[in-house]
Amino acid sequence: MTRKQKRMAVIAGGMSFILIAVLLVMFAFSQSVAYFFMPSDLAKNEVSPGTRIRLGGLVEAGSVQRGAGSTVSFKVTDGSASVPVSYTGILPDLFREGQGVVTEGVFTSSRAFVADSVLAKHDENYMPKEVADRLKADGVWKEGEGSPTTGAKGSVTR
Amino acid sequence: MIVEIGHYALVLALAIALIVSIAPLVGARRNDAALMALAPSGSIILFGMVTLSFLALTWAYAVSDFSVRNVWENSHSLMPMVYKLSGVWGNHEGSMMLWLLILTLFSALVAFFGRNLPETLRANVLAVQAWVAVAFLLFILLTSNPFIRLMPAPAEGQDLNPILQDPGLAVHPPLLYLGYVGFSVCFSFAVAALIEGRIDAAWARWVRPWTLAAWTFLTAGIAMGSYWAYYELGWGGWWFWDPVENASFMPWLAGTALLHSALVMEKREALKIWTVLLAIITFSLSLLGTFLVRSGVLTSVHAFATDPTRGTFILAILSIFVGGAFALFAWRAPQLKSGGIFAPISREGALVLNNLILTVSTATVLTGTLYPLVLETLTGEKISVGAPFFNLTFGLLMIPLLLIVPMGPLLAWKRGDLLGAMQRLYLVAGLALVVGLGLYYVENGGPVLAFLGLALGIYLILGSLVDLWYRANFGKLAFSIAFARLKGLPRSAFGTALAHMGLGVTVLGIVAVTAFETEHVLEMKQGMTADAGGYTLVFDGMKEAVGPNFTEERAHFTISKAGVAVADVWSSKRIYTARRMPTTEAGIVSFGLSQLYVSLGDPMADGGIVVRIWWKPFILCIWLGGLIMMIGGFVSLSDRRLRVGAPSRRAKAAKPAKPAMEAAE
Repeated sequence: MTRKQKRMAVIAGGMSFILIAVLLVMFAFSQSVAYFFMPSDLAKNEVSPGTRIRLGGLVEAGSVQRGAGSTVSFKVTDGSASVPVSYTGILPDLFREGQGVVTEGVFTSSRAFVADSVLAKHDENYMPKEVADRLKADGVWKEGEGSPTTGAKGSVTR
Repeated sequence: MIVEIGHYALVLALAIALIVSIAPLVGARRNDAALMALAPSGSIILFGMVTLSFLALTWAYAVSDFSVRNVWENSHSLMPMVYKLSGVWGNHEGSMMLWLLILTLFSALVAFFGRNLPETLRANVLAVQAWVAVAFLLFILLTSNPFIRLMPAPAEGQDLNPILQDPGLAVHPPLLYLGYVGFSVCFSFAVAALIEGRIDAAWARWVRPWTLAAWTFLTAGIAMGSYWAYYELGWGGWWFWDPVENASFMPWLAGTALLHSALVMEKREALKIWTVLLAIITFSLSLLGTFLVRSGVLTSVHAFATDPTRGTFILAILSIFVGGAFALFAWRAPQLKSGGIFAPISREGALVLNNLILTVSTATVLTGTLYPLVLETLTGEKISVGAPFFNLTFGLLMIPLLLIVPMGPLLAWKRGDLLGAMQRLYLVAGLALVVGLGLYYVENGGPVLAFLGLALGIYLILGSLVDLWYRANFGKLAFSIAFARLKGLPRSAFGTALAHMGLGVTVLGIVAVTAFETEHVLEMKQGMTADAGGYTLVFDGMKEAVGPNFTEERAHFTISKAGVAVADVWSSKRIYTARRMPTTEAGIVSFGLSQLYVSLGDPMADGGIVVRIWWKPFILCIWLGGLIMMIGGFVSLSDRRLRVGAPSRRAKAAKPAKPAMEAAE
């Protein structure tokens, strides 16, 4: 091989590595990205069972029920619609009725949402941003019930 | 009064920073020694002013002066003193002060240790450092001033976020910032080299200790942060691929690449342009991290609305510095001469491969971190990119890198013998497979990948020693002679070996925990038992307790093995009185390198409580590896050859001293 050919081979090798990385990233995006929904979005367009989504909203007052062992069921609402959620495991410290939550999981074929994670953050004023934005836009959430401003500030120091 | 002095010192610091950011540059152009001499003294005074300002703020925290708004918002008179003091940087304004303090500390260190840098280079470097200081001083004074008073002064503060009330806060942010901000020195050196349009191996020799120091602190900071999150948050995880974590991890990856490419440049005068670019990229990622964390942009782009000035201000700083540096690079880089030809299979070739993989994986992490933000800004769609994405992409990309790590040091510069290097590693690879299989058997099976992962970790650990083994020539020479030769090896060889070994230890820990961890969530009543990792836990009951600023419900567990009690552990749920905020304090017991992790859930109606128990085999390896890497960094730093300017000092002493130079010092 001449020097030029060697050089081309090295460059081709590097390029193909980058190409593999790009393909890998695209594949991973198609596999593991979860879209965010609120209960009223789900009333409008269906999500097929088995697709991972994030479901956000407020924990409906009076909806939290503890089942056998550590299984908990509750409803996530955004004022106009609500979705029943079941979750097995330990809830975050800041999980309360009336608080904003983001849960991640899938719908089973029987249209029940099974969450495998319930989002918790580092601050008592924390309202998940996605939830706060939408609730504010819809006029359900009022300023002063724990403002997202201080929440963001308190939670950033990690 | 003291608070006002602090405030004025900060304004004065801005004035000094402005002078240092302009005068030495002009001096370097006109070759005016007096103007250039402003740089070192100005940088040291700048550091003094910022220190004064920082101490004033610390004093306000120490005496709980709630007439200062920042103190009122983030402190409480009942907090223990250590948290009052570390609480200084437990909030937005204070952490920017710490950022600035460390930035000016590095400027002062360059001024102090850089006495044998060429005068113009030193003047330019310190001027660039001062630009960054000006930007952040303006940011603090205009948008995040910690010295604003409250009238009338409140009687009691709002308390520090309870999650932050932990010794971790005292250590983690300073270490992390020493790393993060330390890369500013590399950036300044790169920009100064571009301004001068000249760069050589000596440049790399001056930059490398700073890169190494920053990298070492960043390694320590990230490892410390990971352990803190692990024990404090009570979810038993040690890395969440959270954007805030990625913000610190990306500069680490790029910094690791920089460390290796600067080596090539120092030894072989090759990869010059690439090294300069990498230095710029690394600090740009530090700035990007600061932007992501400090602007509140992370949870949503809309967080800008909550405090638009701060977010846009940092974004402006980010675009000016990153954009400016890249523009300068595009303009000047063609003038830098590259040199040093090498064959693809050589030490240089291995390091290029290292750089390729590290930068591509940095780009992957960057994509995963920024994609949700970009998508939301453009389309309004909200998505989350979580651990599965990063595990798949980053994890796979790392495998080839880990495989070549032990080979690099075995290859010769210029033209290496790959076959020879591999032959030296056969034994190690075989041994690693056997030990991996042994561990796999002891842990009673699991996925086959786990066995390969364990073998990979052991291969890295043993492989790091192979280079030392062959350089000392153990096996061929008599043991005592070889040992003497080993002692004679440069410290940087030990530093490399330790850092690579630490990487192996971390890989081992990650694989072991991922594959063999067990988790039990169960409802327990007093007297009930649970099994985990071969140990039996007995729940002895709950007890109430009161701390300085919290109340807690503590659960006691006795741990026994084969009927013999070996340890006991408390796990609790706390309520911090001032903020009415609950936290979970996990109970953790170490058995060798493995841990039992007990976390409490909600109390049940019938008097029981939900308990979550993890068995985490070899988890301590993850952070132990970080610690070993850090030690490797320090060992390497202590190498004589790396000591800042050590070679040039001798060279200069030989020359007759110039009068202009004495004036400069």
